[in-house]
Amino acid sequence: MSPPAGSHIPAAVPAAVPSPVPAPSSSSAATAPGHHIVTALVENKSGVLARVASLFSRRGFNIFSLAVAPTDNPRFSRITIVVDVESAPLEQIMKQLDKLVNVVSITELAPDEAVEREMLLVTIASGAGAAAGAAGGSGGEQVTELVRSFDATIVDRSPEQMTVMLAGTPSRIDDFENLVRPFGITELQRTGLVALPKLSPGATSANGADQ
Amino acid sequence: MRLTGAQALIKSLEMQHVEVIFGLPGGAILPVYDPILDSPIRHVLVRHEQGAGHMAEGYAHVTGRPGVAMVTSGPGATNIVTPLADAMMDSIPIVVITGQVPTTAIGTDAFQECPITGVTMDITKHNWLVTDAQDLPRVIAEAFHVATTGRPGPVLVDVPKDVSNAMMDWYWPASLDELDLPGYKPQTEGDPVAIAKAAELILTAQRPVIYAGGGILKARAAEVLRELAERTGIPVVTTLMARGAFPDRHPLCLGMPGMHGNYTAVTALQRADLLIALGSRFDDRVTGKISAFAPDAKVIHVDIDAAELGKVRRPDVAIAGDARVVIEEMVRALEALGLGAVGGPSVVGGTPAAARPDLAPWIAQLRRWQEEFPLAYDQEDGGALKPQFVVETLRDATPDDTIVVAGVGQHQMWASQYWKFDNPNTWVNSGGAGTMGFAVPAAIGAKVGRPDKMVWAIDGDGCFQMTAQELVTASAERIPIKVAILNNAYLGMVRQWQELFYAERYSEVYLSPDLPDYVKWAEAMGCVGLRVESAEEVAPAIEKANGVDDRPVVIDFRTDAFEKVYPMVPAGASNDDIIVGPSGGEGGR
Repeated sequence: MSPPAGSHIPAAVPAAVPSPVPAPSSSSAATAPGHHIVTALVENKSGVLARVASLFSRRGFNIFSLAVAPTDNPRFSRITIVVDVESAPLEQIMKQLDKLVNVVSITELAPDEAVEREMLLVTIASGAGAAAGAAGGSGGEQVTELVRSFDATIVDRSPEQMTVMLAGTPSRIDDFENLVRPFGITELQRTGLVALPKLSPGATSANGADQ
Repeated sequence: MRLTGAQALIKSLEMQHVEVIFGLPGGAILPVYDPILDSPIRHVLVRHEQGAGHMAEGYAHVTGRPGVAMVTSGPGATNIVTPLADAMMDSIPIVVITGQVPTTAIGTDAFQECPITGVTMDITKHNWLVTDAQDLPRVIAEAFHVATTGRPGPVLVDVPKDVSNAMMDWYWPASLDELDLPGYKPQTEGDPVAIAKAAELILTAQRPVIYAGGGILKARAAEVLRELAERTGIPVVTTLMARGAFPDRHPLCLGMPGMHGNYTAVTALQRADLLIALGSRFDDRVTGKISAFAPDAKVIHVDIDAAELGKVRRPDVAIAGDARVVIEEMVRALEALGLGAVGGPSVVGGTPAAARPDLAPWIAQLRRWQEEFPLAYDQEDGGALKPQFVVETLRDATPDDTIVVAGVGQHQMWASQYWKFDNPNTWVNSGGAGTMGFAVPAAIGAKVGRPDKMVWAIDGDGCFQMTAQELVTASAERIPIKVAILNNAYLGMVRQWQELFYAERYSEVYLSPDLPDYVKWAEAMGCVGLRVESAEEVAPAIEKANGVDDRPVVIDFRTDAFEKVYPMVPAGASNDDIIVGPSGGEGGR
């Protein structure tokens, strides 16, 4: 597979990537203007997700990403929703969500007051025939180098492909995705954003990687 | 004590002091109908499930207690969808119990299966699918709690047949703590800082108006509203859902605002410098074009539903809380600013209240509008019978606390305009949803709830044909309601719009005055049927109807098909563009 024609993604990958950490201005879709992060603590009961999703759909708002899983207390789940909507209608949706009997609490997380993470699983062509970057070396070697420099993990492999896992901020995952795309992506799955409030808003998070 | 789920369900309703269930049995709800035979709860057997829902609504409207309806799965459940949507729009507490196919059959397209919790998710305040008989008492307690607290509304409990047949150990939740509602926390107390700010605004306004909505009735706040109005001297408009929340005969009452509101009520809101919105929601039928609504007014908005605050109009002071609690606090805050005690001097010297602007010029302006632009119609001697004349004659021939129930359309507006509502919970109608066919079943429910009161349905001929079969229910159950059909042989409100806005091109609005023959139809359903064709016959027919107490009465009033509802603010227009009457504006004829 080769990169799509006219792609803005750089086809060339430097042989040595100096820093895996991209600039904060990266075009992460999850933090683009107009996107809001809504996090809701809900009862862990059947039908609750449908009730929450329905409130968005009845107003014609598209949910950009959604992650839901039980909290440490199995009675409750936390839903993290990224939605593309103006602030005024969002305020109304937040109030409507808060009215749902199964919703215990709901908050909007401002990006600079939240720790955001997402996970990516991607299957990449990595065999001898994998597309090579302009900088030389086999495609497989270059992919392995990218995996190493991003601290990603190879979780599955065959002679021709490997499946890589990467957890990080959405913008970091965007960058990784863009860099491996020229080698040929077979399958890709992102989890959608999960987020929690920062313990001290404005400061970087504990591992300093909250770019 | 071991009970079946069905027995536990009925016992739970008894624990909630339910006195009547409106319903119709069927396959999936069969087990629950058996213990009804042994229960003191009355069951009213309807002829269509929609009737059961509206009866529950009518009951709730006049008693303030939740109405209960019970139907079977599939079509039984879908037939009650309209009443649920209606109750959701008008914040009416009803509890609907639906049968469901056995849990083992759910999702298999079983006979009479319908995923009713999914269907009604957005038109109930909450709903439950019970999958374990042991949960039934708790869920019923939760359902009644959710329906009746906070902003009231409809709830639905879906009970699969195997759940009602299963055995369970009886219990009853001893307190709210035993309910499983961690996310449900209705807020009743208002923020004292906001209430104090509201009191300051009230004392600085020159042209204030209280914009009272249906929340006043739900909060049982009519008395404190009257205290607030009288002690501040601020006039009150009562929306379609709040008719009777403030007495129409009170000198400070301006009546109904909105699309068919009277000129003074509409214009008072438009010219006000302060709107005190109490349990009202800035409905489009009240505001008209929202960008042109009350342009000079600051807004104090009190609602128990925080989602209403700022939904349509951004308030200057937003107070989430119960209307009665907040109004009481507001009066105290006004007293703290120098508003005098009842019976004493009206203000305390040297306080903000003493420096308050004089409202006399504003009140005088309102009086001039009332004199210049009264509601008007012309009943000519020997001329066609005017529907407004029927409403006024009926009003004058019935007790002041008569309960009036309307359907939706022209007759509804005339009833609201011309009746004098002096008591809370005496006006029952479908406001937000605009459900044609509401009147007959809702009147039956109202009469069941208040058998001591006279109940008149004022209905249209189009509406009547939608749900008239429930008069069979009324006759069979000896529920002596009275129905005045304002029969103009048209879907009148649609006809009015076609006349005014579609160049008199009448499309599919003619119904015929005598097909069906309403008198024969009424008699066939066990009612007394009367027909009135002229103004002289109106009062005698009403007198005759008022004398019947052992069965329902239907009067077919043959009214003028060309009469229109005025005033009128055309849809989407500014309230400033109100058309006062047939000769009073560019749209009039």
